[in-house]
Amino acid sequence: MQALVIVAHGSHLNPESSTPTYAHADTIRETGAFDEVREAFWKEEPHFREVLRTLESDEVYVVPLFISEGYFTEEVIPRELRLTDWDPEAWESDGTSATHVTLAAEDVEKTVHYCGPVGTHDAMSDVIVRRAESVTGDPDVGDGFGLAVVGHGTKRNENSAKAVEYHADRIREMNRFEEVKALFMDEDPEVDDVTDFFESEDIVVVPLFVADGYHTQEDIPEDMGLTDDYRTGWETPAKVDGHYVWYAGAVGTEALMADVVLERALDAGADVREAVEYVRESTRAAATTEA
Amino acid sequence: MDDEQTAALTAAVTIEDDLAFDGLRVTRDDDGYRFELPDLERVALDEAELRRVAGANDEHVSNWYFWHDVAPTEGSARFDFLRFLERVADHDAPTETRGHGGDATHGTTYEPDDVLARYDALERGVERQWGELAVTVELADDGYRRYEVRHVDDADADPDDLDAHREVRDARDIAKFDADDRYRPLKTAPTLVDGWRFPELTSAEVIAVVETIYPATIANWHREREGTLDVDHWEPAMARQSGIYGVVQTWNRGEGTEHVERVAEACCADSECLKRREWQYDEDTPLQADGGAGAFPCREPCSMVVSAARQWTKVEGEDARTYEFELTPSEKEQIEAIIDRVADGEASDVREADFGDDANRWRVRYLREKRMDDDGNLCGVPTNRDE
Repeated sequence: MQALVIVAHGSHLNPESSTPTYAHADTIRETGAFDEVREAFWKEEPHFREVLRTLESDEVYVVPLFISEGYFTEEVIPRELRLTDWDPEAWESDGTSATHVTLAAEDVEKTVHYCGPVGTHDAMSDVIVRRAESVTGDPDVGDGFGLAVVGHGTKRNENSAKAVEYHADRIREMNRFEEVKALFMDEDPEVDDVTDFFESEDIVVVPLFVADGYHTQEDIPEDMGLTDDYRTGWETPAKVDGHYVWYAGAVGTEALMADVVLERALDAGADVREAVEYVRESTRAAATTEA
Repeated sequence: MDDEQTAALTAAVTIEDDLAFDGLRVTRDDDGYRFELPDLERVALDEAELRRVAGANDEHVSNWYFWHDVAPTEGSARFDFLRFLERVADHDAPTETRGHGGDATHGTTYEPDDVLARYDALERGVERQWGELAVTVELADDGYRRYEVRHVDDADADPDDLDAHREVRDARDIAKFDADDRYRPLKTAPTLVDGWRFPELTSAEVIAVVETIYPATIANWHREREGTLDVDHWEPAMARQSGIYGVVQTWNRGEGTEHVERVAEACCADSECLKRREWQYDEDTPLQADGGAGAFPCREPCSMVVSAARQWTKVEGEDARTYEFELTPSEKEQIEAIIDRVADGEASDVREADFGDDANRWRVRYLREKRMDDDGNLCGVPTNRDE
């Protein structure tokens, strides 16, 4: 038997923080690719600490629903899962290249394939693009459009900015959008001045965040000038300084995220290739319907 | 009992492999099959005779089939929990987990061999309590089990008065908010809303519903029964914290455990959490605070407790000082009553015109007008934090 565990931050305060985690887990459950699919959280239950024992499977694929490599993926999650002999060096990562490592856990007799975070997987670039398609309602969006990928910045974790730049570079190389920029909340180039960085009249803004919350639903919309008060909402697109800003909200809420989770497990050896194909197609249908 | 079950029975018994479960024993030797129950023995049966005898004692056969083909594997948490639900006596289980909702000595159990008595009870429905859940198991056709989960307060409610849910994942939404629509970050808080039920669940589904509402409780309950519950006490649990929580390590100064006693009383009482606290200060230093009477154990300080402890570590770093406040006796008691009502979560229950209640809003607003200055200082006494 093989199990998938999606590990995410969760929240003591925000009831919707875990909603995307459950949604992606449900999508993967429907494929039947795993005998068991479980969600685990740092701030909700089951906690990282107690999730492995709830599984009957011997082979467990753990995929962190986090944007970048750093404190949570390197320290908190391995410690709380009690992964034996974990060492961040085991990933042999340059900051965005972790794939997986196979370990044991102290409190269960299982093989644990500990995967890199979803945020740094190549497939994440496709999710950002899909998010742009969803928010514009145009499956071919690109011509005449600029794309801004927005991250936290380096104040807390330099790998966070690396992940944003990594995907911005990859999407730029697709030659699909007129311009692609990496912008940040707390360092230059800052998302506050988003329109200064683009010549295109239309700009899609996709925050590289796992869940919607304070940053994506309050900070960024106000900083960009979409609205004076987040509580009153904003137009999509919103007219700012002669540009149309299509603000997508957290990329992590995009249905295609389930594909990235599956690909992490696939890269680590899980037998889920058919499910990957299914999820890519079924979430595309969902995105089109939504639009 | 259906044909598939009889076929499974004959297939399971060979010269090499006996079958023995809940008083049913079937063996095979050169003379044929031997079929035994506590009060019955049939020997030298050919396969047709075995089928006939099995058919005449179908409760035992369908019972074996259920526990071997539907609910396996024997000894697993799933298996033992399902046995617990239908009240099969388990004399090896620790007293905390043997009985009704953690009550060790009360509630009927059925000896494993007494399948007929258990089946008789299952016809009417056997109920177990699990936190605030009432789980009922009934017999369906051919010895299959069907489960129903509802709030324990609805145990006697007319099913038609409860919202029936078919999807296991609906349990997520039920567990998410309390009756006042406040988010429930602690799943085992005794604030589960009522008014719903999950009828006609399979054994896999009932476990999924229970684990959605109370995550990891079955696994930890089972470990406790097996004697393998890995308790992480307060001290080591705080010692492994890092990042913004690393500060909690400084709260332990080797000067007693009163602060942890207060945490356990404040956060882990049954009024706050239905888990039975098994963690202590450390392995050698038990806490005096009551651990509670829950069916399932708490094996380490949870993320809520760690998060609250971080705040206490900050504010408890201060030394006490003497302030002088002038209050009437009634005002002193009113302040004490307000603290009580807030601590017990009753502040919002006070009626607008219940002026006899010390926590009534107009009473409290009057007190604020009288006793607090424009800067919010009680009796005008400045805090003088920096002195």
